[in-house]
Amino acid sequence: MNVSVQEIRLSKLKFQTEPAQQNGENHLEAVSAEAAQIRAYLLSRGNSAIADRGFRWLMVLCALSIFGIVVLIATELVVRSRLAWALFGLDFFYKVFIDTYTHKPIYWDPVNGHFSALPFLYGTLVSSFLALLLAVPLAIGVAVFLTEMCPQMLRAPLAFITELLAAIPSVIYGFWAVIVLVPLLRDHLNPWLIKGFGWTGFFGDDNPTGLGFLAAGIILAIMILPIISSLTREVMTAVPQSQREAVLALGATRWEMIRVGVLRNARIGIVGAIILGLGRALGETMAVTMVIGNSPEIQRSLLANGSTMSAVIANEFAEASGDLHLSALMELGLALFIVTIIVNAFARLMVWAVTRGTPSSIH
Amino acid sequence: MGVGIEVTNLNAWYGANHALQDINLNIPANHATALIGPSGCGKSTFVRCLNRMHETIPGARATGTVRIGDLDIYKDIKPVEIRRRVGMVFQRPNPFPTMSIYDNVAAGLKLNGYSNRHVLDEIVERSLKNSALWDEVKDNLKKESGASLSGGQQQRMCIARALAVDPEVLLMDEPASALDPVSTSKIEDLIFQLKAQYTIVIVTHNMQQAARVAEKTGFFLNGRMVEFDSTDKIFTNPSDKRTEDYITGRFG
Repeated sequence: MNVSVQEIRLSKLKFQTEPAQQNGENHLEAVSAEAAQIRAYLLSRGNSAIADRGFRWLMVLCALSIFGIVVLIATELVVRSRLAWALFGLDFFYKVFIDTYTHKPIYWDPVNGHFSALPFLYGTLVSSFLALLLAVPLAIGVAVFLTEMCPQMLRAPLAFITELLAAIPSVIYGFWAVIVLVPLLRDHLNPWLIKGFGWTGFFGDDNPTGLGFLAAGIILAIMILPIISSLTREVMTAVPQSQREAVLALGATRWEMIRVGVLRNARIGIVGAIILGLGRALGETMAVTMVIGNSPEIQRSLLANGSTMSAVIANEFAEASGDLHLSALMELGLALFIVTIIVNAFARLMVWAVTRGTPSSIH
Repeated sequence: MGVGIEVTNLNAWYGANHALQDINLNIPANHATALIGPSGCGKSTFVRCLNRMHETIPGARATGTVRIGDLDIYKDIKPVEIRRRVGMVFQRPNPFPTMSIYDNVAAGLKLNGYSNRHVLDEIVERSLKNSALWDEVKDNLKKESGASLSGGQQQRMCIARALAVDPEVLLMDEPASALDPVSTSKIEDLIFQLKAQYTIVIVTHNMQQAARVAEKTGFFLNGRMVEFDSTDKIFTNPSDKRTEDYITGRFG
């Protein structure tokens, strides 16, 4: 028996029972007839087993596609970098060609077939760690302020604005860096650093452009600030209120409460947040390319021009001078891919270790 | 040694909610005082006013006078200082999970700048003995995390942590409500011993517990203190009808 859905609406049931109440037997009969209809309707629907199975496979496919994409990228990188791998092997990552006349190292000379990943590894590491050095204290400060000190009213808008920083396209950051940050460095900060700290060797005065590792590090710091501070905020929020109260009840000041009751408990997650920031900094391309100077050299000075793995790929891929050049770029890409995946996986695990099982709402 | 607590016209609010209304009472030194009453009657809020923890909640405030010993704690002294004199044990054990048992107990002292190892060792041992936990943990003091203990042990460790700063008053907010009966009876024995040295105020849902450990009992209802008297009197011959209804189980 088929019954259309309209007939079993609750409102109609109620409406019909009211007059029936005057007569007890009628009322019971009416109800049992309704119930039979409902039961028949429910039974007529079958168990939808086929649709259920189809839906399940569709979802499994969606989930697997992510995995598939990663595997595809990895295999493509491996296949395409085979030429460079066959020719240089692991030497690619630590050996350098020394010019026989000048006795200076030539790291990267596609025209003459000299390829070494060293200057790009160096550039990536220096700019990323410089970025961490600048961003971490700031990000933790922002997170502490937002979770522990900020008036309730300002908390949401400020958190929102910090997270908006993450939404700005990196080319805009690069653009801003070129027209604002680089001149600022060139005209004010760099001369001051050279004068005050030139003796350390980290601030040489041989690059008058304002571009270089420092510019890249600063712009990267601004870019990774939101990810570190928002994750730090999340793990700090996950610390139970009872921990804060326990410390306060022992006669702690506010700062001691934050240090012992919050930061100490959240430290693993904060380290995870920092590593996640590192992962982002390692792979960041556009803004870095625009301000690092793009010269494949290893220099002690932070004010010198350099290049990173991602920057050299972006710069040279479209106009690679041959198969070997292309293959060498692919190998750089593969190395970057592996490093960032490991760094990110590690970081996520650490954040998860702290936040699992706790609601991430702000108390 | 413990000191007495004198509360005059204490009022407390959470935002617009008037949680405590005109509380007046005298809590005697070196005795255990129990506060009973149905959920939401203000007894927890009351003890949190005694060490100014109440005002750490956003929007919460309190007015009135609370004298602990010679000090008016809302006038003469900063909240941070009063909390060093008035220890607190919470409903759920809240050990510091990243610290060893030793560091948990020493946390209050370390916060206040103690670093002399001998002094710390001595105080940690004494506090753990006072909280009847020493024998169970003495071999793993620095090896095990405070969170690795059982719930009852954790709570006794939290009591040791509160005792380590040598408070004059010990506030306990339903200290046994999250524990099993064996752990509960251990905590009760402990309260019985500790009241010789400290003034203890214990909030409890469990009337037998109040009867077992406390000399004085106060009955709270809807943010007011209905009756405050000796425990015997409250449980055998209360002067207020509402108290009688509550202890005989007619409501709450």
